[in-house]
Amino acid sequence: MDDNLHLNQHTSQKYNEELEDIRSRVLEMGGLVEAQCRKALKALVKSDIDLAEEVATSDYKVNDMEVAINARCTDILALRQPAASDLRVVVSIIRMAADLERIGDEAEKIGRLVKSLEKGRDRTTFRSETKHLGKSALSILNGALDAFARMDVAAAIATAAKDPEIDDEFEALTRLSITHMMEEPASVKSLLKVNWCARALERIGDHAVNICEEVVYLVKGSDVRHLSLSEIQERYL
Amino acid sequence: MSTADANAHGAVPDEAVGLDVQDHVDVAHYETIGEPYVDNAKMSARNVNVYYADKQAIMDVSLDIGENEVLSMIGPSGCGKSTFLRSLNRMNDIIPICEVKGDIRLDGEDIYGSDQDTVLLRARVGMVFQKPNPFPKTIYENVAYGPRIHGLAHSKAEMDEIVETSLRRASLWDEVKDVLEQPGTGLSGGQQQRLCIARAIAVSPEVILMDEPCSALDPIATARIEELIDELKERFTIAIVTHSMQQAARVSQRTAYFHLGKLIEVGDTKQIFTMPRHELTENYITGRFG
Repeated sequence: MDDNLHLNQHTSQKYNEELEDIRSRVLEMGGLVEAQCRKALKALVKSDIDLAEEVATSDYKVNDMEVAINARCTDILALRQPAASDLRVVVSIIRMAADLERIGDEAEKIGRLVKSLEKGRDRTTFRSETKHLGKSALSILNGALDAFARMDVAAAIATAAKDPEIDDEFEALTRLSITHMMEEPASVKSLLKVNWCARALERIGDHAVNICEEVVYLVKGSDVRHLSLSEIQERYL
Repeated sequence: MSTADANAHGAVPDEAVGLDVQDHVDVAHYETIGEPYVDNAKMSARNVNVYYADKQAIMDVSLDIGENEVLSMIGPSGCGKSTFLRSLNRMNDIIPICEVKGDIRLDGEDIYGSDQDTVLLRARVGMVFQKPNPFPKTIYENVAYGPRIHGLAHSKAEMDEIVETSLRRASLWDEVKDVLEQPGTGLSGGQQQRLCIARAIAVSPEVILMDEPCSALDPIATARIEELIDELKERFTIAIVTHSMQQAARVSQRTAYFHLGKLIEVGDTKQIFTMPRHELTENYITGRFG
């Protein structure tokens, strides 16, 4: 972790190890969640039912990691009574694990929806739009995890600043779906499913932004979850 | 943030956002960080320097203790916190090689002034020590001793009243009311410490100084004393030196961190324990080697 948090400088070597352990576990969880999202997007874009099945049935691994991380964090709170930056490390990791778990759920949701999409042209509707949306969401998730690993506030804010684009893309895709639905009412059911996938991708972006906010909290000590992007940029850049 | 309607929450007040630690300062910074002065100071110390022979134990410390507040002083062994505490009621006077320079005032009155009666001063600024030290007398006499030498009671009934009230305020009355004539030294450690607190408050002090009052007690006795401190602050001003940081965090409103005779940082207890601004404070409360 970044030098200014000095996680490895406690008098108790075991305490150093415990903090390092939750930090590496949450990064590992982030890696797993990222892989799940990538597979979900690929399954959606390539209409790969086997891959969709795999994503839909392996979310339990993410859930197990969240439970394990929370257990270790509560142990540290009970046994070490962390203060100041150590306390912020533990609190932000608990919250990050919750966000990562929700991202895992969104990936699982996409997997299930892809499996249920009818064969034929339904599966190819809005393929390039969802692909683009998904790539943007994945890049925010990747940027958020990267900013956390490096404790980089500027990178976290820059990453979070990309989220409004995803929101716009999702809005555009929704408008497009509505037009299609009106022209061809028979497609409503499958178009709704495609739209739910897009919605899941958009939510992945939102959870990734939460992780960026945890990085600001961890390094700067201020809770910025309910500030606007411009206020955060003004204060911390 | 994230969505376009993030501003729907409206402006968030600064206190909800918390202090910003971007003005984090490093170990080379030796000015006291934070706000050592308060508006309603009960005691105020300015530029206090304390020497044991030619060794300087306190370096230019300025600090206020606000009326009816609990101020905790923390820091590693030898940082000067106890020395500073003892200079607040001139307990250092009894150490021949100790010399106190600077200005310490109680209600604006110089306690080191030439006309200051130290016996009277110590009645106004009472003290509770690390190890319970009841007199080898009965429980009743332990509490009655101070009021008697200060002539606070004019009859046996008045004295009984003072003893009972003091023991009640120290939440010891129910446990000792039937054994008031037993020796105070026969009580348990936690009870002895509460007896010492009763003895200190029997003379109606204005300030109570506590030097690690719980370090010799078990967790339950400690919790009772902490509960007591919370009640006592309604009536008295309290300064407490403690090695238990959780205790400082629990009982005090303001916390001062001392290091090598210097007052490094002082501020609201919550801020000190969640977002200390000085690196030395951060290192100490998080258990890092500096």
